[in-house]
Amino acid sequence: MKKDQLKIANKKFNSRLIVGTGKYKSMSECAKAIKLSGAEIVTVAVRRVNITDKKKPLLMDYINPKKITYLPNTAGCFNSEEALRTLRLAREIGGWELVKLEVLGDKKNLFPDMIETLKTTEVLVKEGFKVMVYCNDDPLMAKRLENSGASAIMPLAAPIGSGLGILNDINLRIIRSQTKLPLIVDAGLGQASDAAVAMELGCDGVLVNTAIAKAKKPYDMAVAFKNAVIAGRLSFNSGRIQKTLMGSPSSPRKGII
Amino acid sequence: MKKIKIKVNGKFKSVKSDNKLSDLIKDLKIPVNKVAIELNKEIVNKTKLNKITLKNNDIIEVVHFIGGG
Repeated sequence: MKKDQLKIANKKFNSRLIVGTGKYKSMSECAKAIKLSGAEIVTVAVRRVNITDKKKPLLMDYINPKKITYLPNTAGCFNSEEALRTLRLAREIGGWELVKLEVLGDKKNLFPDMIETLKTTEVLVKEGFKVMVYCNDDPLMAKRLENSGASAIMPLAAPIGSGLGILNDINLRIIRSQTKLPLIVDAGLGQASDAAVAMELGCDGVLVNTAIAKAKKPYDMAVAFKNAVIAGRLSFNSGRIQKTLMGSPSSPRKGII
Repeated sequence: MKKIKIKVNGKFKSVKSDNKLSDLIKDLKIPVNKVAIELNKEIVNKTKLNKITLKNNDIIEVVHFIGGG
């Protein structure tokens, strides 16, 4: 079988599953779930170092950034200024240019503020960042992001952490049909089959955090998502049959006794 | 030695007035290769920490990566 890799900003990845590193019970649980998921990219947040508790474990001690690609995010940023500050700092930690931009607009539904998002994307692209952009599933905004130089379009399936699954597959299909950029469903997936559906819609990958981290058995769910993404991608590449209204027997009629 | 007051990650701290930024980072046992440092909202080049003398009312932010989605 031909190698079917995910390509983002000229980097190639074998896994099409990107996982978040938040909401786990411990760093070791997080690290083990990531290993089981097979993910090669993980999202990470930028926060203050705890200067009073110097023994607090560091994420980098559990997940080696030389082996797994860190994708710094701007979670918790509600305007362009905050997001820019966060990602400039992220780059300074050690040369991270591939970043996930997310500028939120509402504290309850966590929908993205697309005007601030677009504005920030333009600045980041000028500064040399490779920007993977969390966005709503609006094909027009996705186009604008693409025109502004985004490296990947990452529409939500449903609100972050909601587990509702893909609510508007039509929009995802429209975005898929109009862009050659990596299309990654980010946020809102609840179970492995949601990831398979996203891949069958032609998405290039999925980004999952809560559905794995908060599952009763995160390790098993990590494996489930891994397999669902592989299955969904294979299914998409295999060319599904046409849907028909009436039945068509699978056994030949000839030779019926 | 005269003392000055600075703010590190939101907390006030008193340090000697001839302290360099590198002294502070060392004192806090912060692994420089795993963080980014901001001085009064400007990102600091980590190779030049020993060239920056702290001043009264300086605001320093030290950030790193943590788990997030």
